[in-house]
Amino acid sequence: MNLDQVLAQFQSSGAKSCFHGRHLEPQIYAGLNGKNWRLKDYEARGGYQALRTILGMHGAEAMTQDHVIATMKESGLRGRGGAGFPTGLKWSFMPRQFPGQKYLVCNSDEGEPGTCKDRDILEFNPHIVIEGMVIAAYAMGISVGYNYIHGEIFQTYDRFEEALEEARAAGYLGEKIMGSTFNFQLHAAHGFGAYICGEETALLESLEGKKGQPRFKPPFPASFGVYGKPTTINNTETFAAVPWIIRNGGPAYLACGKPNNGGTKIFSVSGDVELPGNYEIPMGTSFAKLLELAGGVRGGRQLKAVIPGGSSAPVLPASIMMDISMDYDAIAKAGSMLGSGAVIVMDDTRCMVKSLQRLSAFYMHESCGQCTPCREGTGWLWRIVDRLESGQGKAADMDLLDSVAENIMGRTICALGDAAAMPVRGMLKHFRPEFEHHITHKTCMVPAYI
Amino acid sequence: MPIIEAQTFSAEVLARFDKELAKYPADQKQSAVIACLSIVQQVHGHISPEGEKGVAQYLGMPVMAVHEVSTFYNMFNLKPVGRFKINVCTNLPCQLRGAQKAIHHLCEKLQVEVGGTTADGLFTLQPGECMGACADAPVLLVNDRSMCSFMSDDKLDQMIDGLRAIAKEQS
Repeated sequence: MNLDQVLAQFQSSGAKSCFHGRHLEPQIYAGLNGKNWRLKDYEARGGYQALRTILGMHGAEAMTQDHVIATMKESGLRGRGGAGFPTGLKWSFMPRQFPGQKYLVCNSDEGEPGTCKDRDILEFNPHIVIEGMVIAAYAMGISVGYNYIHGEIFQTYDRFEEALEEARAAGYLGEKIMGSTFNFQLHAAHGFGAYICGEETALLESLEGKKGQPRFKPPFPASFGVYGKPTTINNTETFAAVPWIIRNGGPAYLACGKPNNGGTKIFSVSGDVELPGNYEIPMGTSFAKLLELAGGVRGGRQLKAVIPGGSSAPVLPASIMMDISMDYDAIAKAGSMLGSGAVIVMDDTRCMVKSLQRLSAFYMHESCGQCTPCREGTGWLWRIVDRLESGQGKAADMDLLDSVAENIMGRTICALGDAAAMPVRGMLKHFRPEFEHHITHKTCMVPAYI
Repeated sequence: MPIIEAQTFSAEVLARFDKELAKYPADQKQSAVIACLSIVQQVHGHISPEGEKGVAQYLGMPVMAVHEVSTFYNMFNLKPVGRFKINVCTNLPCQLRGAQKAIHHLCEKLQVEVGGTTADGLFTLQPGECMGACADAPVLLVNDRSMCSFMSDDKLDQMIDGLRAIAKEQS
């Protein structure tokens, strides 16, 4: 066997994470099996019909840019990368009449701990992202786009490059798309190991070939984006939702979810469940149902806590989680956030101090160093949690931890500082006795096994 | 001060550089720097000062601007590593599903410390941050470009034995 053959044996097939048949009313993951990612398969599933519709190739007139954007607004689609900003509104901010070059960027720099949904979209249904981007480019009058893909998923990057070649050859990308007057060039770019590049302005810097240090906003990318030109950035899953919305209409998409939380959402469920994986379910489905789809808590143990939206989201205890639904508004009301849809499940054997120690080490490692409160504060957070975990903590450390977190929040250019501070505050809010136990008893309250 | 000579690249590497460069506007060649450096690393194993200078000359940018990039992104090897660089994700979601056990098993199997390279120069073992494959834990990357999923102890053994066999065959 050669090197590629040896390593191919261990490559994920997607069978467990994506083709498990336990999605509810899926749109993006519907009908996938790992082999049917190619253009002809996508077309057989109705792919590129939405593009034909907006270009007026179905007998009817072409849709105007305003009509496409109005449809997106009607759908209630909100950004799937973490912020949940209404997509139609974002598109309407783009200065469509701007005479110079404008850019469209897809943020596939999926590195929020707990999240692996975009990888499965790009790997097993790449054309749905391409079609979504072509439609977005049409709506905003953009002629060049980039898909910036996480550096750790090179196989996915290669797959997307292959899909781009197919789309170009079939006339879905390039000059005069499908015989229309609309031109759009789309390219793939990749990172090389920097969590911060998932932040949209850091991603723009990286795309320009620089260190991924976030920019101060305003100006927002819609006026000053890649190379200083107007730019719209959306997450992979956001673009992937677009073709369905055009085919079925905004109201139908909104009806899939609940008011203000339209459509389906892909949740990446990881940690202490029987069947970790990606689950595409209607927005507003209960957490209890999602946990059931993921096979329940591993080994029949008790649920202790859930980080509902990626490692930057405040942790919530089981008692709250079992009563809420999975949508932006319900999770925000419970004191956390839906974020990127990464659901990290922890059972009753998990030590919260040790869990936070690991997350704090991550944020310290990934802080870009630009803003002092984050650069210094993430180190402070880690050192305090680390000494609590190792039994060296002092009573005053509790207030110190809180104070450092408070002094990072809202004092940095980008959200990484907040992302480091929020888990700390969530842990202290819901699991304070565990931290105090570490100080008084110099040991864990639970038999930790991570 | 020693003068650093720019690394020269093969025609094949230059062709790959050209393909990346074609994605960007003619006056924005710097955009291809991450891709070019990653190609240099794939072919030469690491990014040397000579490699940085070679890429800087190809893209028409200051060497220091290239160095800023190579030192910012975690996956660049600024020093030589073993023939097979293994990065095991140890972030929280992976830790909840045996990442620590996996890295410990590799330390035992390879007789190497985390961060070290085996005496025969074959393997470098490093911890890694989130690779975006949390549902497949434990996960690891081999030489930046190949992700391996659900790495139980048995699979780790099988993978290391397979890599050793390749090295033996080629030596």
